[in-house]
Amino acid sequence: MVTRVKQRMVVARLLQAIPILVLATFIVFCLMQLIPGDVAVTLAGENASVERIAQIRQAYGLDQPFFVQYGQWLWQAAGGDLGTALLSGEPVAQTVARTFPNTLLVAVYATLLSIVIGVPLGILAATRSGSKLDGGIMGAASLGVALPNFWFGMILVLYFALTFKWFPATGFVSPFEDFGQAVWYATLPALALCTNGIAEVARQLRSSLVEIQSSQHVRTLHAKGLSPARILWLHGLKNVSVNLLTVVGLLFNKILAATVVVEAVFAIPGIGSSIVNAVLQGDFPVVQGAVLAMVVTVIVVNLVTDLLCTLLDPRINAS
Amino acid sequence: MAQTSEARTDSPLLEVRDLSISFARPGGETSITRNVSFDVNAGERVGVVGESGCGKTVTGLALLGLLPRRTARVRGRILFQGRDLLTMPAREFRRLRGRDISMIFQEPMSALDPVFTVGEQLTETLRSHEKVSRAEARERAIAALEEVGIPSPHTRIDEYPYQFSGGMRQRVMIAMALICRPKLVIADEPTTALDVTVQAQIIDLLRSLSDSHGTALLFITHDLGVVAETCSRLLTMYAGEVVENAPVDDVLLRPGHPYSSGLLRSLPGLSERGSRLPSIPGRVPAPDQMPAGCRFQQRCPHAAPLCEQHPELEPFQGPREVRCWRKDELTLTGAV
Repeated sequence: MVTRVKQRMVVARLLQAIPILVLATFIVFCLMQLIPGDVAVTLAGENASVERIAQIRQAYGLDQPFFVQYGQWLWQAAGGDLGTALLSGEPVAQTVARTFPNTLLVAVYATLLSIVIGVPLGILAATRSGSKLDGGIMGAASLGVALPNFWFGMILVLYFALTFKWFPATGFVSPFEDFGQAVWYATLPALALCTNGIAEVARQLRSSLVEIQSSQHVRTLHAKGLSPARILWLHGLKNVSVNLLTVVGLLFNKILAATVVVEAVFAIPGIGSSIVNAVLQGDFPVVQGAVLAMVVTVIVVNLVTDLLCTLLDPRINAS
Repeated sequence: MAQTSEARTDSPLLEVRDLSISFARPGGETSITRNVSFDVNAGERVGVVGESGCGKTVTGLALLGLLPRRTARVRGRILFQGRDLLTMPAREFRRLRGRDISMIFQEPMSALDPVFTVGEQLTETLRSHEKVSRAEARERAIAALEEVGIPSPHTRIDEYPYQFSGGMRQRVMIAMALICRPKLVIADEPTTALDVTVQAQIIDLLRSLSDSHGTALLFITHDLGVVAETCSRLLTMYAGEVVENAPVDDVLLRPGHPYSSGLLRSLPGLSERGSRLPSIPGRVPAPDQMPAGCRFQQRCPHAAPLCEQHPELEPFQGPREVRCWRKDELTLTGAV
């Protein structure tokens, strides 16, 4: 019965995803229209005649009304064809397949670092709440939230790449060619991205653990004579796991968006940098395809998060 | 006094001596209870009554060492089977909790862990105190649920607390408190949060289980009617002090303290039909505004100049103890 509820939930969420995808790509398409510059002029090259530009515009359908252009893109995308990049002629699907794994690697890496570092800090602060250690961790967390990641990225490059030469300063290796190398290259960017994440995870975990520790059902656990360790690690963490998971899900989405900036700092050929380049050149099929990939990822991450939450907290399915 | 078939030792099961509890606050301490002393014998049911803010719940939590360690200051002695719980190593005290002394709380809706099944919470209590296999623990948990009157315990054991009603959750709490066959159960207003019809069932259940297992019960409540039905002895607390400690029947007949009398007279059903229900004027003084003398004097209809001085809890008419200067000269109204 539970599984049927879950199946229905998955189907409902996938159906909900369709309007979200249409709306997101439509908004991006609208924004593209507002950007100054004309891709036809770029394509025509230097000193092109007015006729040549008009010809190109016609060839690429750029002379069509705005809604028709979007409609054509949407129709093709629905059929699985994301089109080709206007400038390079590379199929957009291929661009996404080439760049997106790099971005995903950095984003997943940064999310994992946030969890691996943030969770112990949060537990430490919660179990010693009110102490100097707690104050120190929470102070550092406030700093971590406020730290701009592009700036921190440059500091990391300065020390760990240029001074100590532990990590490469820029560039990337595809995780499909050499996964170890790819992780090594992704370390500094992931570190730059994870400061906010560590802070967020630690703060949220601390506050929900402190709340749980003072709850009535934890008092019952003490009355039952359970060890403090069992109360914290089993009951405490299972109770806050839904909160934590939700935070991590949101965090991943935030980190995914932030890769756009960090990829620029570290010169990573990821989807963020291809969006930036395509936007600057007015190459709308690339922008649309890349945004579509990101939105799909966010939707999938949210869905998986929610499914895991129903596994961890039986009350979520109750309604 | 309820006697059990169990062998009685010479000393009481629980001896509380001069238990004073205060909470640290910025710039000092707030005293909650002062020199609370009482005994609970094996198998005995003792009711603790008093208005909200009299220190009943805090006393109950202190007996199990459940007060917040950082802010609560607990002084005095709590002897359980002759051993002082307050000086006992934390690890040893923990082994007593849930096994020899357990507690039932006021709010069944929030006292169970929402993300674990009822069965997991029951077997966990059992398995943390006794060496039993998983299968055996499960069998005993099912038996415990059956004993507290939960229908189809075989299936309900795998359900979560949210799938139980308030009364059923309180039954689960009772099953959990009794699963290790403790010698003493502290029940802190176990029926306050429940429907009136369910209240009577839960009280009947507690009474019959305490009878059949010979479990001593410390019944914290503000419902004197419940105490009259279930308990053999009554402890009246006022403003953090015990003001009367006496067999229930004696108190009902002739209370020794004006506060006990006031509580009894304000029971609905006992006063004359159609007349205005008597009440005790005023309210319990706040912990930091305690009068220097008798703490009840401002609300007492019998207050005299003598009451400006603080009375001690003194023997009164045989087995009773009363904290009142005028206990011997007053003839107070009871419930009968």
